[in-house]
Amino acid sequence: MKRITVKLVVWRQKGNDDKGMFKTYLAENIDTDASFLEMLDVVNEGLVKKGSEPIAFAHDCREGICGTCGAVVNGEAHGPREKVTLCQLHMRSFNDGDTIILEPFRARALPIVKDLVVDRSALDRIMQAGGYISVRTGSAPDANAIPVPKKDADQAFDAAQCIGCAACVAACPNASAMLVLSAKAAHLSYLPQGKTEESQRVLSMVKQMTKEGFGGCSNEYQCEVACPKGISVKYIAQLNKKYLVASIGSE
Amino acid sequence: MSADNQLNSNVPEGDLKDKWSQHKFNMKLVNPANKRKFKIIVVGTGLAGASASATLSELGYNVHTFCFHDTPRRAHSIAAQGGINAAKNYQNDGDSIYRLFYDTIKGGDFRAREANVHRLAEISVNIIDQCVAQGVPFAREYGGLLDNRSFGGAQVSRTFYAKGQTGQQLLLGAYSALMKQVNAGAVTLYTEHEMMDLVLVDGKARGIITRNLRTGAIDRHSADAVLLCSGGYGNVFYLSTNAMGSNVTAAWKSHKRGAFMANPCYTQIHPTCIPVHGDYQSKLTLMSESLRNDGRVWVPKAVGDDRHPNDIPEDERDYYLERKYPSFGNLVPRDLASRNAKYVCDEGRGVGPTKLAVYLDFRDSINRLGKDAIEARYGNLFDMYQSITDSNPYEEPMMIYPAVHYTMGGLWVDYNLMSNIEGLFVLGEANFSDHGANRLGASALMQGLADGYFVISYTLGNYLANVSLDSVSTDNDAFAKCEQDVNERINKLLSVRGTTTVDEFHRELGLLMWDKCGMSRSEEGLKEALKRIPEIRDRFWKDVIVTGDADEFNQVLEKALRVADFLEFAETMCKDALERKESCGGHFREDSQTPEGEALRDDENYTNVFAWEFKGVGNEPELHIEKLIFENVKPSVRSYK
Repeated sequence: MKRITVKLVVWRQKGNDDKGMFKTYLAENIDTDASFLEMLDVVNEGLVKKGSEPIAFAHDCREGICGTCGAVVNGEAHGPREKVTLCQLHMRSFNDGDTIILEPFRARALPIVKDLVVDRSALDRIMQAGGYISVRTGSAPDANAIPVPKKDADQAFDAAQCIGCAACVAACPNASAMLVLSAKAAHLSYLPQGKTEESQRVLSMVKQMTKEGFGGCSNEYQCEVACPKGISVKYIAQLNKKYLVASIGSE
Repeated sequence: MSADNQLNSNVPEGDLKDKWSQHKFNMKLVNPANKRKFKIIVVGTGLAGASASATLSELGYNVHTFCFHDTPRRAHSIAAQGGINAAKNYQNDGDSIYRLFYDTIKGGDFRAREANVHRLAEISVNIIDQCVAQGVPFAREYGGLLDNRSFGGAQVSRTFYAKGQTGQQLLLGAYSALMKQVNAGAVTLYTEHEMMDLVLVDGKARGIITRNLRTGAIDRHSADAVLLCSGGYGNVFYLSTNAMGSNVTAAWKSHKRGAFMANPCYTQIHPTCIPVHGDYQSKLTLMSESLRNDGRVWVPKAVGDDRHPNDIPEDERDYYLERKYPSFGNLVPRDLASRNAKYVCDEGRGVGPTKLAVYLDFRDSINRLGKDAIEARYGNLFDMYQSITDSNPYEEPMMIYPAVHYTMGGLWVDYNLMSNIEGLFVLGEANFSDHGANRLGASALMQGLADGYFVISYTLGNYLANVSLDSVSTDNDAFAKCEQDVNERINKLLSVRGTTTVDEFHRELGLLMWDKCGMSRSEEGLKEALKRIPEIRDRFWKDVIVTGDADEFNQVLEKALRVADFLEFAETMCKDALERKESCGGHFREDSQTPEGEALRDDENYTNVFAWEFKGVGNEPELHIEKLIFENVKPSVRSYK
């Protein structure tokens, strides 16, 4: 077992209307097998023991699937390792004596709740605008009534893996949510069940994204690099095409 | 036991296979125009809560849905890996509704209610249809039809799956249905709201008190019925495969207001998890059970053999599952696999730095099938293992150890999913009803969605059509009283300003529960736990540190409130385990085993459900009994030798 000590430079901000600032903490004698969030737990236990406010950070499943956790670590959303969420980053990715700068996912559409916690309800509202197939409970035909080519089903699955963490928004210079949006549109469009509402879906979701204050896509591809699930930017291109077709076709 | 203490499950008359369809016909309906007048509160947005919210609002009810997460899609159903069972018999391998029913009853060690389980098996087929229509990308064959796999030792292939992320895809399906209804204005969604209390008016569930986790505001919400879909209580053990936020609070508060807690001692310990690696550890990670299809479980024959596993020759290894259970080998059910891992570690033959682990070895499978074949089957799991442990399972055996995974116990409900409190319904893992003493793999997702999509839509209507409800405003004294209780508890926690952190108390409780009420339980151990839990609880209320204030985003306070409830709940759980003097399913009593050390059920005395009534914190709860009647399946001894 190896133990390291790192210096944390952490963004502290009481609320969205307050002024934030960086504060420095020492994470001492941390087992390199500990996860990044477990390291933060240790630091927070120390702070609470002293009666100080612990660093607020969002987290839940701690196995990389719920999409709750996330912060910008040394300039990279979810930290230096590819295709992992912050909870799946381990301290063996760091060296003794390292300085680690921790910031929230920053975007106008993601207001700060506290410290590293941001409000991602805008993503829910984009989904509400059309991220579904309008089927009522009980009205479904037999599951095997409509065969779906395996390739399409697999592609739908790949796109459906998005965990809604918003790392892509944080990584994008325009703070665009196009990766989240296009992945959902692609997931549903690959399936025959989702084709019926395709045009309406892309128009409504894009409209909502703009309304929420997310920026547009300028093909920086930073989103794909930051995505812990490896969601491809190809869905954005597909979405643009669908959006164009839908716009021309709309009344 | 007096006749007063016998619970009536309200199972309808008739043949097992006709009960549900007949009951659906007999139930009263609510006029479509009247549905809008009924306000329904749903607590929780996992599979059960999200599906119930969407379905009820589609029917026309005025639904108000609450979750403590920042979005409904984070609920812990998202983490389920393996799959969802359904009696579709698409594989033509002999599956049927009756076989799924039979397997579930047997798997539950004959401690589940026959009628509920049969209904679950019937509905299972509709769930798959519904999910496919929503766009859930299940695995498919080249012909475009749905693929199935065998799971958890089942002899038929009835499990539908989406790689190792079935729970995620099913939850996103239910979430999308919920989002559709929010957009339609049919569901009012309250995220970051934690239920703090249940409000009863004239003995009926008529509302809840919530804490807004963002602002700290305490709010009152009235309704005509309350649906709890708040999940399981595995985090009473501190370390479990549950999410950090999973808690017992909503269920426990309802229990304190009169809802009976049934069979809380039934917990499922999953055999294949990544072992504990340090005292800072916050949670345990499950590795899919499917790994046991090709991995061989072993420990060294000698105590204290510290050699690298690859240096231990074949004849010095003990493949203990294959040795003890030659016909099932490494594929014995979860409870047996878990308990035997504990035994070899107790003998001092555990491996790894903590000696609380066993090997799961793929060497022979890799030699037989090739590395590519193993990678195709388990690649993502191997990657996950390597990412967490920094060890390469293609080159050295994995290390695994059992961990708390699922809780079969929960609030008592009748056939209609209503608790003993009128108007309080309990769905999904939060209720006790379908899995008996042990849940089969791929059945949790099935139950959550069955309850939410296809059961509650009928039974809630029947309740509302038959009951006469006065309109209740949140100005009612009952709401004021509950709100006051919540505020007092919060203020009390904040005023302690002690020296011990919430996590330190939680860890202490968890270790005690794991030790005394975990994989193996004894009368002596449980009595000791029952003595120590109140001591820890007393210390908690005298010495806990909760920083910050009540009226702000305060994660320490959130956690403290949840742990305070676990500290009360744990006592009832141990009491239940003490009272059930038999071994069954996930509940193994050391004083009830065969000469070979296998679990010994006592059908004569314990073919029943224990449902506990709250009598005050620290006081003995009162026991109510529901007799389980097996008219269709004759209880037999589970043998895997």
